[in-house]
Amino acid sequence: MAITSSALIPCGQYKTSYRKDTTIFPTPASRAFAIAAVVLLCVAPLKLGGTELLSPYHLNVLIQIGYYGIAALGLNILVGFTGQISLGHAAFFGFGAFASAWLNNSWGVPVFWAIPLAGLMTTLVGMLFGIPAARIKGLYLAIATFAAQFILEDFFARADWFTGGSAGTIAQPFSLFGYEISGDRHYFYVVLAYLVALYLIGANLLRSRDGRAFIAVRDHYLSAEIMGINLTRYRVLSFGIAAFYAGVGGALFGHYLNFVSAESFTILLSIQFLGMIIIGGMGSVMGTLMGTAFMVLLPEIVQAVSQSAGTYFPALTEGIAYMKEGAIGLAIVLFLIFEPDGLAHRWKMIKAYWKLYPFSY
Amino acid sequence: MNIDLLLQLTVNGVIIGTLYGVVAMCFVLIYKSTQIVNFAQGEFLLIGAWTCWWLLTSMQVPFWLGFPLTLAFMAVFGIVLQVLVLRPMIGEPIISVIMVTIGLSIFFQAMMKWMFGVWTAPFPEVFASKSINVLGLNVQTPYIMSMLISLVIMAGFAWFFKFSRMGLAMRATAFNQQVAQSLGISVKTVFAAAWAISAVVSALAGVVVGMVNGVSQALSFFGIKVFPAVILGGLDSIVGAIVGGLIIGVLENLAEFVDSQYLNWGNLYTVAPFYALIVILMIKPYGLFGTKQIERI
Repeated sequence: MAITSSALIPCGQYKTSYRKDTTIFPTPASRAFAIAAVVLLCVAPLKLGGTELLSPYHLNVLIQIGYYGIAALGLNILVGFTGQISLGHAAFFGFGAFASAWLNNSWGVPVFWAIPLAGLMTTLVGMLFGIPAARIKGLYLAIATFAAQFILEDFFARADWFTGGSAGTIAQPFSLFGYEISGDRHYFYVVLAYLVALYLIGANLLRSRDGRAFIAVRDHYLSAEIMGINLTRYRVLSFGIAAFYAGVGGALFGHYLNFVSAESFTILLSIQFLGMIIIGGMGSVMGTLMGTAFMVLLPEIVQAVSQSAGTYFPALTEGIAYMKEGAIGLAIVLFLIFEPDGLAHRWKMIKAYWKLYPFSY
Repeated sequence: MNIDLLLQLTVNGVIIGTLYGVVAMCFVLIYKSTQIVNFAQGEFLLIGAWTCWWLLTSMQVPFWLGFPLTLAFMAVFGIVLQVLVLRPMIGEPIISVIMVTIGLSIFFQAMMKWMFGVWTAPFPEVFASKSINVLGLNVQTPYIMSMLISLVIMAGFAWFFKFSRMGLAMRATAFNQQVAQSLGISVKTVFAAAWAISAVVSALAGVVVGMVNGVSQALSFFGIKVFPAVILGGLDSIVGAIVGGLIIGVLENLAEFVDSQYLNWGNLYTVAPFYALIVILMIKPYGLFGTKQIERI
């Protein structure tokens, strides 16, 4: 697998340098599209001539995709790029949310600084839980992180000083230079800024020396070790980076809802995170965002469909909650059977089809 | 110190532990023969118990007929699941295999909640007396039955793997799939049989637990408690699964005792096995009876 996922190109390799091979945007057009997408997102929450471009509902969905997408990218760096397995990502996400609220409430750290600081605190916890990864791997690591999820969940419910116990804790709204940023329309930009920054950092990380080491650990860890890569260091580092992303995502989540409680960070959310990267494509930065969008939109679509069908089949409306939950499981299973490379791969195929039409070689 | 409570909890631990052992055995059976870690083991209990409950209450089938029907259904269910979902997963990376079973477990849990609701449904009375007195301790009748059934199952497993043709084929497949295939063993049949047996025995355990506590979503938690048991015993050891199950069952109840008498934390019962799990993984990752993996380049 190439280091960055390059678009399928017409036959022949025309790259003449390593730099060209690892570039984030393979063609000028792809760079222009990415910039256009960000500009479009900047315009999206504005009001033009009194009419809102996006309804509050759609804005809410976009913000959700934003903070979940940040956490999912962290998991993809850990699972898709370093080849480790974590079933406890939701616990890190929750830790970030609690840490940010705690820093703000108990220490008076402004929210602006509390979010990155919460990310750093989560990094430490992530590295702590990553230490077992130095000793165990594969299946055993999966089970260890599974246990870590339950232990952290129990900690959240117990540690009153930190999380407010079972009652939960209040998270203050985001403020910048004394101005309180209130409302979805403003908060959208905060999430967007974090999303763009962290995705750029993530994509660039994988082109760096450390990123190449991660991929070597994933592809063949024994060979990597023989080539002088310190396995323990990179496994723990990968856990730390994953936890940082999860922590920042969680902090954004907390300050968006203004309330954090332990019930939001169950094993089901961990599984949803894994579902996001599987559906998006493991080892693909942009795929992560696609998978997150899919995972966030799936319950909404299930709800819309079953509500409209519910007028004919009343039984459907009663089971909406269960159908949403079941759809998550079903989507993961179906994707693994029919499209194990995820949406990113499918998207590449579609692009290649149009690029190469009508001669598909 | 409350000796009576301690004794009662230890007995409970042994009984629950045997059940953990049986479920862990089913888990190990699948892992050993098909190399798949089944995160949906608890859902087998759940589906089995709900099926039996549905047959007995909604369909008014007598127990002696409904119980075998449940087991037959679960055998078919296990085979269908293996053929439709797990067979395409052969040769996929471990994370995919894990995620498929996790996806299945979420899906089944949601479907069961939808079909039967989230509340605990009491099982119809099968035995005349609810509990009997053994050496001064109250033990519920279905638990006595579950002990007996568990012991019978364990003996059955021992016979099956030592003497029966299918059992030997399974052991050969577990040892080396290619060699087994070249000896004329149908690996596909072995895989399907492993899932069928595992589903049937898990359902049996599910029905037993359902008789005591009522049928509810909590049954699927057995599938999670199985992990500490199998890791302690060693992932690929049937004997280890039983021993691990017993130890975890007793440990859990002792944690409950310490918690209720001294600490008053309130949740140690559920979390203690996971602390044990982490400690075992750090000290002895291959468990008490597991085969140590040696890596060659």
